[in-house]
Order: sequence, then structure tokens, then C-alpha cells
Amino acid sequence: MELEVLRYDPEQDTEPHFQSYSVPCEDDWAILDALNHVKENIDTTLSYRWSCHMMVCGSCGMMVNGEPSLTCKTFIRDLPDHVRIEPLANLPIERDLVVVLDDPMEKMHRARPWIIRQDDPPPPDQEYTQSRAALYKFKQYTMCVNCMCCYAACPQYGLDQSFIGPAALALAHRYNLDSRDQGKSLRLDILADHDGVWDCSFVGACSEVCPKSVDPAAAIQQMKVDGAIEWWKQKLSGSKS
Amino acid sequence: MSRRPYIRPMSNTTWYLSNGRYRRYMLREVTCLLVGFYCFLAVWALAVLATGSPERWEGFLRSQQNAAMIAVHAVALIYYLIYMTFDWFKLAPKAMPVQLGERKVSDRSIILAHYVAWAALTAFVAWLAGVIP
Repeated sequence: MELEVLRYDPEQDTEPHFQSYSVPCEDDWAILDALNHVKENIDTTLSYRWSCHMMVCGSCGMMVNGEPSLTCKTFIRDLPDHVRIEPLANLPIERDLVVVLDDPMEKMHRARPWIIRQDDPPPPDQEYTQSRAALYKFKQYTMCVNCMCCYAACPQYGLDQSFIGPAALALAHRYNLDSRDQGKSLRLDILADHDGVWDCSFVGACSEVCPKSVDPAAAIQQMKVDGAIEWWKQKLSGSKS
Repeated sequence: MSRRPYIRPMSNTTWYLSNGRYRRYMLREVTCLLVGFYCFLAVWALAVLATGSPERWEGFLRSQQNAAMIAVHAVALIYYLIYMTFDWFKLAPKAMPVQLGERKVSDRSIILAHYVAWAALTAFVAWLAGVIP
């Protein structure tokens, strides 16, 4: 297989350039195996992130023939003989296939992705209980592995980096739907802000590329419905007073 | 070692040409031009009605009864069916998921309910307009 890889050395290059490698691939290899082969046998200077090789760590997200993908689950047998690997789109390139993740990580933190309680915590020997039906309301959104493929697919984020982005919004929605959480009102800013849900124009690319079928586009549309209901509630309660 | 991250800018004017997914999205969004056209048509019709002149209203109706206008309406209908009706109904389960107990109502059922409601509303409007008795 001919592997065309985007290279960028911040200490030497003014801009990225492609470098080709001929890799003798096995039929059951994923793209990540091919990159590991290059790293171990052809070019030790190649930089990229990976860890688990089993779709859990979310580290190996890259553009494979222009499509944001987890390279550990993108198999050679499903691709043509010539494959182009680039770092995730819409994010700055740190080196070769490694991107800078500071911005989406900060945005995910803004979503307050933890259970917020307004009342007292339960005694140490007890816990917050939850029915299975309540769990199923948000379970899909817990599957996110922060691979950032959705950020690479989202043209809204590519054009305007102030947009909080798909994964952060899906994460906020996950906690808003959690029956144990009481922090929905604290997450209202990412609903109402200019760079919140209303910046999404529903291209839907985030959900199409998500390797874990999280469907961030669905979360965002549901948050828009929530946001509209909240807006009406505030209007109606304001007009009464 | 110095950090010098490289930023790849996205073109403001040609970004949607870069892949088929974005092109399909733009084809959907371009329906706003047809919405604008029908808004113009409605305002024109209201302005003619507001004059109170039956002759001018007849003139407006005649202006709509030519091959070019009928072709525009036909193209608009097909375009809307593909990019608004089919596309938005397909997306409806995302915005309005329904869960009954532990069971999630299938996307298919939600989409089908939309088509049934659409057919019922269309029949009602056709009845109001006197197209069906």
C-alpha cells in the first residue's frame, strides 16, 4: 500500500508537506498498524498519537482520505491501494499527525461534564440511584471517547472557532439528561450564548463520522428544543411579573 | 524544542466544495432562495388584494398561469420534497426522540408518523381549497 502522510516539523518546515511510504500491509491491518510499521521499520521520526488500539482511548483520530477516522478501526482492506493520512482537520498541527487539542478540551470543560447537585450529598454509605429507563435516556452520549473526529468534520467549527463544538455540546446534554444531575441551569450559558447550540446549522457531519455512534447532532438539536422552551418559560414568567 | 503549531485555514467561500457531505448540506440550505421567492409572491398577492380591484386580482392570477411559472412551481415542489420534506423527516428522530419506559421508539416509527401527519394535513388543506369534496 502507498501511504501518503502529511509531515510537519515545526523546527524546520514553514508549512506541511506530504511524504510517501510503501508499506507491505497484511489484510487484517488497520491504518494504525501501517503507521506503526512505518515508525518501527521505515521512518522513526514520524509522530502520531495512539494508545489502546481498541477504540477506547480516542487518541488515534486522523483524516484518512479526507474522512475523520479512528485509525485503529479503519481497515486496510476497506481502502484503495493509495491512502492519504493527514492530521485532524480544523485543529492546529503540533507535529506531523499530532494536533493541538487545547481548544476543544477547554470547551469540553466549559460544558461542566460532571454531576452537579444543588442539595446535600447522600451519606457515605449510600449513592444516587437511577433506573435503567433513566440511564437509557443518555447512555448513548456516554460512549464519546474525545477523539475529536466531530470537530474535524464540523465546518462551523472550522470557519468560526468560537463555536463550542459538537463533543462539548453532546457532553453537556449527557449530563442535562442524567436524572442524578441538578446542574442544567448552570449549563444554560452554552445553550444561550452566541457560540452555543444556535451556532450549529445542522450539517450533521459530526454524527456521520463519529466512530462511537454518539450522534452529537441529535444532542444539539434536542438542546435547541430545550433552549427554545427555556426562552418561552422566561418570557412568560417575565410577562406575569 | 519550540512549539510552532501550523494552522490550516478554511476558505470562507469555497469550503463546501471540499466534500460531498458539505455539498449536500448546501443544496438543502439553498432552499432558502425558494422560500424568499414564495415570500415575494405572497407579498405581491397581498398588495394586489389590498387594492380591492377584481381586475387587478384577475391580472395577478393570469400572470401565474403560464408555462414558465408552472415550471418554477414544479421544480420548487420536487426540490422541496427532496431537500426539505424527505431530509427533515429523516432528521426528525434526532430532534424528537421518544422513549417509552426502557424502550426507545424506533426512528422508523417517528419518521412514519411524520408522513402520516403530512398526508392528513395535505388532505385537509386540499379539502379546504375545494380540490377534494
